Amino acid sequence: MNFTQIGKPLKRYDAAAKVTGKAKYAGDFHVRDMLIGKIYRSTIAHGYVKKIDISKAKALPGVVAVITFNDTPDIKYPTAGHPYSTDPKHQDIADRQILTNHVRFYGDEIAAVVAENDLIAREALRLIEVEYEELPVVLTVEDALANDAPEIHKGTKNIVGKMNYEFGNVEEGFAKADFVVENEFETQTVQHCAMENHVSYAYVDAQDRLTVVSSTQIPHVVRRIIGQAFEMPVHKIRVIKPYIGGGFGAKQDSCIEPLNAALTLAAGGKPVLLDLDREESIIGTRVRHAVKYKIKTGVTKDGKMIAREVSLETAKGAYASHGISPVAKQGTAFIQMYTTPNVKFDMISVYSNAPVAGAMRGYGIPQINYALESHVDDVAAKIGMDPTDFRKLNQVKEGDADPKTKLKILSCGLEECIDKGKELINWDEKRKKYANQTGDIRRGVGMAEFCYGSGTYPVCLEIAGARIVLRPDGSILMQVGATEIGQGSDTVFSQMAAEVLGISTDQVYLESTTDSDTTPFDTGAYASRQTYVSGAAVKKAALECKSRIFEAVKKRKEIAVEKLDIKDSQIIEKNSGKVVMSLADLAMDTYYSRENSNPISVDVYNQTKSNALAFGVTFTEVEVDIKTGTIDVIEIYNVHDSGTIMNRQLAEGQVHGGMSMGMGYALTEELKLHPETGKTLNNNLLDYKLPTMMDTPDLGVEFVETYEPTGPFGNKSLGEPPAITPAPAIRNAVLNATGVSFTRLPMNTQRVFEKFKETGLI
Amino acid sequence: MYDFNKYFEAETLDEAKKILKENPNAQIVAGGSDILVEIREKHIEGLELMGIHKIKELKEISIDSEGTISIGCMATFHMLENNEIITKHIPMLGRAGGVVGGPQLRKVATIGGNIANGAVSADTATSVWAYNSQLVLESADGNRTIDVKDFYLGPGWTDVKQNEILTKILIKKEDYEGFSGEYIKFSQRKALDIANLGCAVICKLDGNKFSDVRIALGVAGPVPIRCKTAEDYAKGLEVTEENINEIGKKAVLDGKPRDSWRASKAYRQQLIEICSQRALTKAAQLAGGK
Ligand SMILES: Cc1cc2nc3c(=O)[nH]c(=O)nc-3n(C[C@H](O)[C@H](O)[C@H](O)COP(=O)(O)OP(=O)(O)OC[C@H]3O[C@@H](n4cnc5c(N)ncnc54)[C@H](O)[C@@H]3O)c2cc1C
Repeated sequence: MNFTQIGKPLKRYDAAAKVTGKAKYAGDFHVRDMLIGKIYRSTIAHGYVKKIDISKAKALPGVVAVITFNDTPDIKYPTAGHPYSTDPKHQDIADRQILTNHVRFYGDEIAAVVAENDLIAREALRLIEVEYEELPVVLTVEDALANDAPEIHKGTKNIVGKMNYEFGNVEEGFAKADFVVENEFETQTVQHCAMENHVSYAYVDAQDRLTVVSSTQIPHVVRRIIGQAFEMPVHKIRVIKPYIGGGFGAKQDSCIEPLNAALTLAAGGKPVLLDLDREESIIGTRVRHAVKYKIKTGVTKDGKMIAREVSLETAKGAYASHGISPVAKQGTAFIQMYTTPNVKFDMISVYSNAPVAGAMRGYGIPQINYALESHVDDVAAKIGMDPTDFRKLNQVKEGDADPKTKLKILSCGLEECIDKGKELINWDEKRKKYANQTGDIRRGVGMAEFCYGSGTYPVCLEIAGARIVLRPDGSILMQVGATEIGQGSDTVFSQMAAEVLGISTDQVYLESTTDSDTTPFDTGAYASRQTYVSGAAVKKAALECKSRIFEAVKKRKEIAVEKLDIKDSQIIEKNSGKVVMSLADLAMDTYYSRENSNPISVDVYNQTKSNALAFGVTFTEVEVDIKTGTIDVIEIYNVHDSGTIMNRQLAEGQVHGGMSMGMGYALTEELKLHPETGKTLNNNLLDYKLPTMMDTPDLGVEFVETYEPTGPFGNKSLGEPPAITPAPAIRNAVLNATGVSFTRLPMNTQRVFEKFKETGLI
Repeated sequence: MYDFNKYFEAETLDEAKKILKENPNAQIVAGGSDILVEIREKHIEGLELMGIHKIKELKEISIDSEGTISIGCMATFHMLENNEIITKHIPMLGRAGGVVGGPQLRKVATIGGNIANGAVSADTATSVWAYNSQLVLESADGNRTIDVKDFYLGPGWTDVKQNEILTKILIKKEDYEGFSGEYIKFSQRKALDIANLGCAVICKLDGNKFSDVRIALGVAGPVPIRCKTAEDYAKGLEVTEENINEIGKKAVLDGKPRDSWRASKAYRQQLIEICSQRALTKAAQLAGGK
């Protein structure tokens, strides 16, 4: 494909505004009379509030309001950032109240204060007195399913949901296999740690409407959820999304907005800022599901996997949030990655008295991918095959179809990704060199691969809106419902519009604020969907705008529409290249012509009914310090097939961030709870070991560009995928270095030390 | 917003002493990188803060005619890393300063705050102890100089009284001349982290024999410690891999680590052994050992 704007390493349109501080984030609006909201969080993990005394807090000078569960509506609502389902059977679980007297995790929200400033608000919290009736703390799947387990949500038996399926017959498959390999794996709870915490401010506007300005990935959905929380029609609610400092899924959920709305209502409609600190953001928003796996593969002598089975369980925390979706989706990846005739998947998700698991970059896939790709290396080792050859023999390719959805793969560069990765890391030579080492310091190379969808079709609705206005100077104003949260989607959308319209990107003004009143509808930033799904709406709007332009030219110049094109903001005759008129002259005339005044503005929606798989690999080399259990990543490469790369610079940024996230997942990050009280022990950035720049080697990024026919410009997803494979690749490199099969994340020094003791290396 | 009642700015050392005496709720804020974090986390009733960063003499690093090095409490880690007296005579302390936090922090955080705060993980505490430093404490009621070994009273608890200022840290010539040293900070991250173990080792050789070995450990007990058993054992031993390994094993006997959710006792003991060995190996190499 020959593009003029797509693929250019264009600088982010908002780069200067962000580094100079001109870009305003939700916490930056210091409006007149702004009050401060703070949340009173429970100091037990499970039980009921027997007594709560807020009188002293209320009496404190400077306190405007103190509310408890007695003051908020007795309504249960869902929080997940999913499109609404018109089928009640598929609606998200409504188990949340704005404030609660039934404490379900350590830090649950019981009461809240509004005060004139932050210090008074904090002092007011100290003056609230609470007595609890405690219940046993449920932290594991076993606890939750015990016969005498207390119910965290009445009537659920603590089960959020189950799912299973089988294609072919795995029992028969295992019977035919030459080898059967079984493993158990376990992943940990981690948190998103977006640069910007959850923050919003809310007020009642001049038309008596509840307005919430929030750091969210899903402004339109949040409007609906606030409506559900108050049983209020959406026309009384307005949600605005300003610049956002990252979300990674924790903001694909309405964590704070309904409470913020309740706080402004309690304060007579005055603006109230609800700005969670890091400690609260870590426990009080969302976390990644910790999952346990039992996985089994039957393989023939010549390396064909003929039966695969996985069963997984998760204790997902105090509220349903996204329900079973991030766990059920793991079955998709499990089945899609390798074409095995007999596959079986089953899962169970239960409630527990822990911080709530929800969406997080990769939506369950980093977990299953860790288990699957670690297991696959063990299987390859069992039959003595090189892990890359083994994968090539078994993995999906163009033309294969998902056995469940029947969606066909139309583009697949996975094999090329592997070849590229091998070359970058010098695979063949190093695998040999590192085969049998002794000594305290050992090296190894490892890899892992993934596949990942571009959106949620056919499980969920995929709808996106875009609006383009041709302005009198020939530039365009564009509005999209898709949400720029730092990933760079707005820049890419302007490249798309510029591409179609034959103008340069500086002629595209894209309004970054999303406002549920004025911005077209779109369900938001998640599932790596926006360039693929929302991009299709942008393309459609631009094409429609272009044909409106040509119609307008035809009216004026009597040239057939088919003969026209636009290049460098000049309307030209396609064949001769002759300039007919400038886009600016035409635009001006559409506004002011005495005969033909009809300014051009288009407003379109596009529903996507396809879903393309993106592919990729991580290749890495590690150095293991046997005596201290330290694993150092020496070299690491991600190679991606995301179809057409829209903007190399932004794409690399996405990949870098994902790789760093994956490395933290592999080695250091883990949210830890006290095993008895359920209190989070390390909800701060000192004790929660997010890797720093110094822990990160140079990150190698390569792309294998395929052309995906269902993508608006041949493109597929790239937002989440980079975070998926680093952890298993590192794990497999450690296997190569030491011969030890690790089965649990993270591989922090303590755990590596224990494993080396167990296996006799120390 | 920070939760404190009042702020004093001391222009001179005498004024600082006077403010502390007259205001029993007043606490020193040096770089603020410990205390501001602390008051963000917890409410301290009636807290008042006194800044001392205008007092020039507290930032001085000097060496007197007898070779005693004096480090002013307000010397930042950045200064330690770059000061010629330090990099020439006690380079290990400079390197220890260089692994604290990140570049921004090292420009504000001070050695005085690091020591006075009393944290067992303080990255300079082990070097300060390995060099047998003396701490000068001044107040409106008089001055005193104490040995670092008498300084720590318990976890996060030191012998600095509310009205006292730790003005300087003194290191005598006999405690650095002829010594080479290595500091190993073992932590989960390579920046912005506190140590799982801090291990400062200095040694002096006589030919290829250890004539003096000092091993100071942070996070190996409730307060920073010195490894007496290992140090005594080492004296007079030949510099060999076996001997160094054995010295590391002896250091484990001196450590008093405990199990916590951050790391197990067994793992901490492993770190004591390995880090002492590695630091001593490096120190001996620097001292010309073979
Ligand atoms: C992001 C970050 C990273 C960090 N990383 C590290 C690290 O890697 N290693 C490490 O050891 N520490 C680290 N720290 C902790 C801290 O920076 C150090 O302990 C620092 O040396 C404290 O010095 P300060 O000048 O900021 O002390 P302050 O916070 O100003 O004071 C600390 C305490 O000492 C008292 N005090 C200060 N000066 C004196 C004095 N002259 N006399 C008497 N009392 C005094 C104060 O009253 C207060 O109680 C880190 C802190 C942060 C915020």
